[in-house]
Amino acid sequence: MSPIPTVADLATKGETPEVLFWVGCAGSYDDRYKRVTKAFVKIMQATETKFAVLGTEESCTGDPARRAGNEFLFQMQAMANIQVLNGYGIKKIVTACPHCFNTLKNEYPELGGNYDVIHHSTFLQQLINEGKIKLEGGGEFKGKKITYHDSCYLGRANNIYEAPRAVLEALDADLVEMKRCKTTGLCCGAGGAQMFKDAEKGKKEINIERAEEALATGAKTIAVACPFCMTMMTDGVKNKEKEAEVKVKDLAELIAEAKGL
Amino acid sequence: MIQSIAFIITLAIAVFFIRKRVLRLRDNIRLGKETIITGDKGQRLKNMILVAFGQQKMFKKLTPAIFHFFIYAGFLIINLEVLEFVIDGILGTHRVFAPFLGGLYPVLMNMFETLAVLVLLACVVFLVRRNVLNIARFQSAEMTKWPRLDANLILVIEVILMSAILCMNAADQLLQVRGEAHYTATGKLFFSSLLIPAFENLSNGTLIFIERFAWWFHIIGILAFAMYVTYSKHLHIFMAFPNTYFAKLEAKGHINNMPVVTHEVKSMLGLADTNATPPATSGKFGAKDINDLSWQNLLAAYSCTECGRCTAECPANQTGKKLSPRKIMMDTRDRMEEVGNSIAKGGPGLADGKSLLGDYISKEEINACTSCNACVEACPVMINPLEIILELRRYVSMEESGAPASWNSMYQNIETNFAPWKFSPSDRFNWAKEETK
Repeated sequence: MSPIPTVADLATKGETPEVLFWVGCAGSYDDRYKRVTKAFVKIMQATETKFAVLGTEESCTGDPARRAGNEFLFQMQAMANIQVLNGYGIKKIVTACPHCFNTLKNEYPELGGNYDVIHHSTFLQQLINEGKIKLEGGGEFKGKKITYHDSCYLGRANNIYEAPRAVLEALDADLVEMKRCKTTGLCCGAGGAQMFKDAEKGKKEINIERAEEALATGAKTIAVACPFCMTMMTDGVKNKEKEAEVKVKDLAELIAEAKGL
Repeated sequence: MIQSIAFIITLAIAVFFIRKRVLRLRDNIRLGKETIITGDKGQRLKNMILVAFGQQKMFKKLTPAIFHFFIYAGFLIINLEVLEFVIDGILGTHRVFAPFLGGLYPVLMNMFETLAVLVLLACVVFLVRRNVLNIARFQSAEMTKWPRLDANLILVIEVILMSAILCMNAADQLLQVRGEAHYTATGKLFFSSLLIPAFENLSNGTLIFIERFAWWFHIIGILAFAMYVTYSKHLHIFMAFPNTYFAKLEAKGHINNMPVVTHEVKSMLGLADTNATPPATSGKFGAKDINDLSWQNLLAAYSCTECGRCTAECPANQTGKKLSPRKIMMDTRDRMEEVGNSIAKGGPGLADGKSLLGDYISKEEINACTSCNACVEACPVMINPLEIILELRRYVSMEESGAPASWNSMYQNIETNFAPWKFSPSDRFNWAKEETK
């Protein structure tokens, strides 16, 4: 991985990045999701995308605070982030987190932050369509069964169902759908700030219900496109003691692996 | 003549009570917060035409959608016949449209009868689905005695009303054949003529009695049903239209902004526009009771027909948590009714010491929501239970500081570390220096 430019570095040279990569808290701190961040960075570097990150100037979008009910905290975060983003003249943002994506795209405009925000699944799809990512022969996933778990914040929240699937199709994999998919996809259980607390009393954990459904497809790879889904599905697979045979991977990781990056 | 007077009195009584109830519904909805509805009117109209009129979202589940469509089409079209009933009732005529429509009349009548039979069939299928087949969403915890009875009553009433039409037409046809004056020839009506053998041995006098009884039964039944509907979950037949029109247009992931908070945060950060007037506030953040919700949320509660598709799709509910989006809507409506009834009786209304949050909806329920929008997606009439859940959460977090302890720690982490986890902000960019694993 070559050095990663920060927006501040570029600013000292009087430049702004074509696209800002919004890493997100999970992508910055969570050991598992940091691997996704790095995979995505490698793809952007290999495709010569002129990107930069905010580095230590990045901060939580406020999504979990807003969804848990703390509107003050959300708006404090949002306003501070918008000042930074507007200060650097950011126009376009790509992020690997659907929660950051949703908040930046749908909730920042009302507070003065207007950017062209895209999720990394759409970004990857564009790179594939533009021929910047070529997967001759499909790579190591050719013909292998992969199932895709829809992130609520991409799917129902923003109607992004096809981009992640288009990325998987580029791998020439055998995409198998779970019974509950797309508009009826079952949540992993972590949205709406559930990631940050224990579930209420019930008869089952949501992520186990979902992991069972994913395992029932017989796929050896469960593709995800969200840091929270990643955690929940990985834990679910572990709970079913299938972690040796079944891997939970992000779209960017699958592409990076297939390209040998 | 006597029949005409009796009819006009019946009609006037029905109109009086229905009007009274409609005004009450309007007042109850007005208990909600004033909200200005913005956004593309064309899109709103399109939603109403496709989703309410066109039943678009019903067709996500094909079997119930088809049977529901029979009842829906029956309701829309058979009401044309009710128009004839009303005119006949007032003028003392019989089948007033027949001479004007000529050959078209029996065609129309056959069409109405076909629909009546389809409605009958659909109601029987629905009664079986509700009471014999164990369809989970009709058996959930919030489906207590009254909601179940309400659903069954509606279906049984519709079966009876449709049967009355068919009996009336059968008796009518026999009377036509027997040349009884007053009974305009309609020609053979397919479905009701199948009932003729059962009536054949009756005298003309008995047949006239049956025909008149069925006519009165049907029209009084319809008027009584119209009145009943305004107290029932069945109100969706009207409310679905305004509800789909006023439903949120933004992406489902968008949560409504709180301008009051924006104003305060801006002044705290020194970003405030000094000329701007602070937005009006109810003095409360989030919602504790129905008057803290928008009137649009309250209208949505009256649009809910308790089908339970939301609850069936809810991940929390499917895994045994207490949360049920349908219950959120039912509770909102029930609380509205309670407050409205109290006000009408000169009682304390909202100040009765109760509230939506606490007395109807518990924190355990709202805390279980993953904001996944499955309920919003599932609703055939575009009700948004998530909006209400989020408003209640706002109240708990901002007014009561009563969020679960782990959420309070998450808030604290964001405030001090700018991340929901306890990591140092200076370490945020460390990943770039770490070796790729």
